[in-house]
Amino acid sequence: MSDLRMDDETGTRPRMSGLLPRADTPIVPKNSIAGRALVAVIAIMTFLASLTTGAVMLIRASAAEWESDVAREITIQVRPVQGRDIEAELRRAAEIARAFPGVGEVRPYSKEESARLLEPWLGSGLTLDDLPVPRVIVVRIAPGATPDLAQLRRNLTEQVAGASLDDHRAWIDRMRAMARTSVIGGIGVLILMLAATMLSVAFATRGAMATNRAIVEVLHFIGAKNGFIAGQFQRHFLVLGLQGGLIGGGAAILLFAIAGAIGAWGSGTTGGDQLAALFGTFSIGIEGYVAVLVQIVVVAIVTALTSRRTVNRTLATVE
Amino acid sequence: METQAPPALSPSWTASRVGGAALGEAMLWQANRAANGGLETGVVRFENVGLRYGLGPEVLRDLSFHIEPNSFQFLTGPSGAGKTSLLRLMFLSLKPTRGLISMFGKDVVTLRRDALSVLRRRIGIVFQDFRLLDHMTTYENVALPFRVMGKDEDSYRGEVVELLQWVGLGERMAALPPVLSGGEKQRAAIARAVIARPQLLLADEPTGNVDPGLAQRLLRLFIELNKSGTTVVIATHDIGLMDQYDARRLVLHEGRLHVYD
Repeated sequence: MSDLRMDDETGTRPRMSGLLPRADTPIVPKNSIAGRALVAVIAIMTFLASLTTGAVMLIRASAAEWESDVAREITIQVRPVQGRDIEAELRRAAEIARAFPGVGEVRPYSKEESARLLEPWLGSGLTLDDLPVPRVIVVRIAPGATPDLAQLRRNLTEQVAGASLDDHRAWIDRMRAMARTSVIGGIGVLILMLAATMLSVAFATRGAMATNRAIVEVLHFIGAKNGFIAGQFQRHFLVLGLQGGLIGGGAAILLFAIAGAIGAWGSGTTGGDQLAALFGTFSIGIEGYVAVLVQIVVVAIVTALTSRRTVNRTLATVE
Repeated sequence: METQAPPALSPSWTASRVGGAALGEAMLWQANRAANGGLETGVVRFENVGLRYGLGPEVLRDLSFHIEPNSFQFLTGPSGAGKTSLLRLMFLSLKPTRGLISMFGKDVVTLRRDALSVLRRRIGIVFQDFRLLDHMTTYENVALPFRVMGKDEDSYRGEVVELLQWVGLGERMAALPPVLSGGEKQRAAIARAVIARPQLLLADEPTGNVDPGLAQRLLRLFIELNKSGTTVVIATHDIGLMDQYDARRLVLHEGRLHVYD
């Protein structure tokens, strides 16, 4: 109990000099050392838990974005067939794709573009006429559309020699599995982090409460009802929990906001685009901010309820 | 070293008490006694009470005694005889392992927690170690019982100030306990114990930490409170103090009680 702000010389409360005495000191001292330590513990744990929450949401959002990017694109491959003009087959395949319902954009890769795709393996200056290299058409699906890809595949194989359709299903499945694993792992870490936060907060609250045992006993002996005593401590510790939670959660929100702003500022640069490709926009979105706010409230409630439980336990030992 | 002037035993606080609430309480007690068919035989009634801590031996054995309203008694005995345990039983912070304890006509074993809290408000206790809250002023410490009852400060401020003046702490109302002398703390603790006009006042070694002069003044304070209608039990092993006032003695020895009226 260090809430002893007083005149050093007289050991009195200056506000009472010459005035009517007033009983306005909180029954539970506000600025105790244990209270400040508890706020610090809550702030640190809430900050770490909020970072974990944000990271999980970031992974989930990025994984969903990768997946939808890949799923929005399909590739038509036209292999050279003896005695057939590959350019004509390519045009024919592109026409079929364009005419198919639900298809947005169809872009056949030119000879030069196809050569550039093979440059890393075959070197520059490549002439595709010399090699039986397949040609590709990138097809973007119209937003919101769900074209019947099986039908498109049938149309292509029936009408275009050497044509096949790759809807990236294998990639999407693999991507989905990877994203799901990442998110489940992240949620596991988050659960551990939240459990560690709650336990730390509960133990720190019990520690802070130990210094207040004398107050609990005195209140009990002068006839205060258990509900009154528990209420006093619960209110006090709810405020401490909210203070710590707001500091920690607020710092995490600020960090995410700054990271988001830096990400937006760096977009267009090579590094920024690389980061954006990996982590999306670095923004945790409204959902992320709401999750951090919920964490702050939960931490404060845990603090308050722990203090209530400790008071009740103390009262049980006093009686 | 006690620097404060001796408690000015102004008659005003006691007079207002005798003329007001104390008489009302006495009448209420009489009415209660009649309602119980005359079964209520005192403020405190112990019948064959035994107490043990855990699986240990009985520290109190077969205690049977009554404490009448408006009476004054010393509770004495050698150290370790069980004085504090007996006070705790009377103060409802312990339950007996056997026997019957009736406080103000109510069997304490059967009462619920909140009912015990309400009953506890009829009892004032002065702890040997004072138990003042260090972050609150003397005034706030003394006013605490009213605060926990949820009373409006305007309704009790005058009463608290008057009592503090009565016990000689009128100039120390704004002082915090860490800067009070032992005697001042003792008087503040007594003031807190009696401010809500308890019917029973229990004091555990109230003169244990003070010099003989102050011990005498504190005894006079208890006698005044008793005259104003409060039943007083003082636990002490100070023979000198007991010799100063002719009162009933409850002597504890090896866990058994001997009453000397």
